[in-house]
Amino acid sequence: MLKLENVTKKFGDFTAVDDLSLEIPEKQMFGFLGANGAGKTTTFRMVLGLLDQTGGEISWNNGKIGYGESHLVGYLPEERGLYPKLKVEDQLVYLAKLRGMKKSESVPEIEKWLNRFKVPEYRSKKIEELSKGNQQKIQFISAVLHKPKLLILDEPFSGLDPVNVEMLKEAVVELKEAGTSIVFSSHRMEHVEELCESLCIMHKGRPVLHGNLRDIKRSFGKKNVRIDADFDLGFLEEKEEVIHYKHTAEGAMCQVREEKDAQVLFEALQGRGFVRRFVLEEPSLEEIFIEKVGESYE
Amino acid sequence: MNKFFVILSHTYKNRVKSKAFIITTVLTLAAILIMTNIQTVMDTFSGDGEEDSSIAIIAEEPVASTLTSSLAGGELFEGGEEEGKEAVLSGEYEALLVVDLQESGLPEGHYYTEQLTSSSDAEARQVLQQIKTNIAAENQNLSGETLTAISSPVAFERTALEEGAKSEEELNQARVIVYIMLFVMYFAVIMYGNIIATEVTTEKSSRVMEILVSSVSPVTQMFAKITGIALLGLTQFALFILVGYLGITLADSTEGSLIQMVGLSNPDWGVVGYAVLFFILGYFLYATLAAMLGSLVSRVEDAQQTVTPMMMMIIVAFFLAISALGAPEATYIVITSYIPFFTPFVMFTRMGMVDVALWETLLSLGILVGTILLLGFIGARIYRGGVLMYGKASLWKNVKEALQLSKKE
Repeated sequence: MLKLENVTKKFGDFTAVDDLSLEIPEKQMFGFLGANGAGKTTTFRMVLGLLDQTGGEISWNNGKIGYGESHLVGYLPEERGLYPKLKVEDQLVYLAKLRGMKKSESVPEIEKWLNRFKVPEYRSKKIEELSKGNQQKIQFISAVLHKPKLLILDEPFSGLDPVNVEMLKEAVVELKEAGTSIVFSSHRMEHVEELCESLCIMHKGRPVLHGNLRDIKRSFGKKNVRIDADFDLGFLEEKEEVIHYKHTAEGAMCQVREEKDAQVLFEALQGRGFVRRFVLEEPSLEEIFIEKVGESYE
Repeated sequence: MNKFFVILSHTYKNRVKSKAFIITTVLTLAAILIMTNIQTVMDTFSGDGEEDSSIAIIAEEPVASTLTSSLAGGELFEGGEEEGKEAVLSGEYEALLVVDLQESGLPEGHYYTEQLTSSSDAEARQVLQQIKTNIAAENQNLSGETLTAISSPVAFERTALEEGAKSEEELNQARVIVYIMLFVMYFAVIMYGNIIATEVTTEKSSRVMEILVSSVSPVTQMFAKITGIALLGLTQFALFILVGYLGITLADSTEGSLIQMVGLSNPDWGVVGYAVLFFILGYFLYATLAAMLGSLVSRVEDAQQTVTPMMMMIIVAFFLAISALGAPEATYIVITSYIPFFTPFVMFTRMGMVDVALWETLLSLGILVGTILLLGFIGARIYRGGVLMYGKASLWKNVKEALQLSKKE
């Protein structure tokens, strides 16, 4: 378990991370959300020991993460960090060696991963010859090659096309199922919603939301009702149960305070015409965030 | 420790295989071969010049016969002065020497060549001088012995009274060794210092640093890198020395004296030993500084700029050392030999030239080693903080920021 207790980081007068307390369970995927400058990368750097926190405690399985543990930790930095002039295989072998993996062990692994990402031909190419998306694949391989127990991914999906995002997501899910604890940051809410059991949303260095995804949504209370109908749904806007009304192409989207309000809406629709769809939905993270912070996320 | 060697061998292998390294090494080796065999090379190229180096002589007896016999390439020219000049211009002769006798009976020479750039007149002038002296002596009825007595140089021997002072011969030898070592040290420190700074900045600009720093401690990383480059330097110098030695051995046997000439046949091993010691310490001092400076900037283009102050220091140290060759006991030399950034050059020169008391040597070595450790300590901290900084600010601000980033609280 990765535990952060009242962690604060100040750069001079600027507070990058303010009193952050988190518990990241083992063998789970934990999402770290926040806009640029929210303090995600700084938090990761503190967890990795690249920066020392100004205050608070960080521990992993009751110990500090130091260089003695570096073979258990994998890290994918936000920016590509590879030797541009080095060949892919040499590079991966070297970085794996630094994480305590012998060449004889890393070479077959490299082959496996390159095949998996459908780029076996890049093995003897220089990094600078690859496209950004393919560099990101290599970067990802370098983070997971040595089979870490804790994997920290800083914006792993940024700059990738949808096909590659899927490929990477699959790999991440597989690693989680194999027992790796994964912490990843993103500024795309939908990635976190899709992949993570638990999450933390950072805003200006402070955690705004934190906990189990389902709990967060449940405790938020508000629900969305999506209605697709043949007739005009405008009258619903007048209902006092409806906090928010949004017209959609097929019908409307109403936000209600609680589940039983949906029942009222359902009854109001009776006899007015043909209703093709009536769904009670969980609110999206984005909506929760906007609600909590009082401003738009991006 | 294991990771230390991983980085060390990676740094070393990567550099040894690089085109830049191979090209500079091969070029330098070629230069060394040419330098050591310079005589052979020159002879080869001036081979056909030898033939037309004959000098036409127009003179009266008995000067004419003396000249032709003692001047190499001298030939008596059958014809007038104008014809002689024509012959020089047409390339038949290299020069024309016309000797007239003055009223006093002494010879007077006119030397005609195509261009005045030719230096072939030196020998002719010397031979003619000899002839002139002989004629003059004869005129004054001086015997051969008297003449020898006048012209032989005075006996003059210098002896140093201070114990341990070097003899004239030793001093010359030492000067050559010190000079060579200074040059080697100067180039090595500048060259490898630059390589280290660039290497660090490259890793930073490619952001691979963040991964490296999260795997291996910056201190290990920095010193592994410095040692790796040191090994690279040793490889290069071992090659240079080997090829240099081979080159000298290969050179014409009469040129074998080149070794003796520079005093390398029987070197003062004490001086060589100190040279190696100061070389290594000097390298580590400047290499640590270079790694530290390199970690402060994030673009390779800026690396050059950041190491400039260090390069200046090395140049100053070098010139101090050169002036120490002539005045090893001057006050400013003694003082600067204790300033750690100058010690490797200046103290070493002092030790090569005069007998420096043991405590002085130990003191300067102590200061030097202390500075290296201190720099290593500060450098590692700046390195640790510096590698996470990507801004572009002044050097001093960067140093402050880097120290702040790495601060333990």
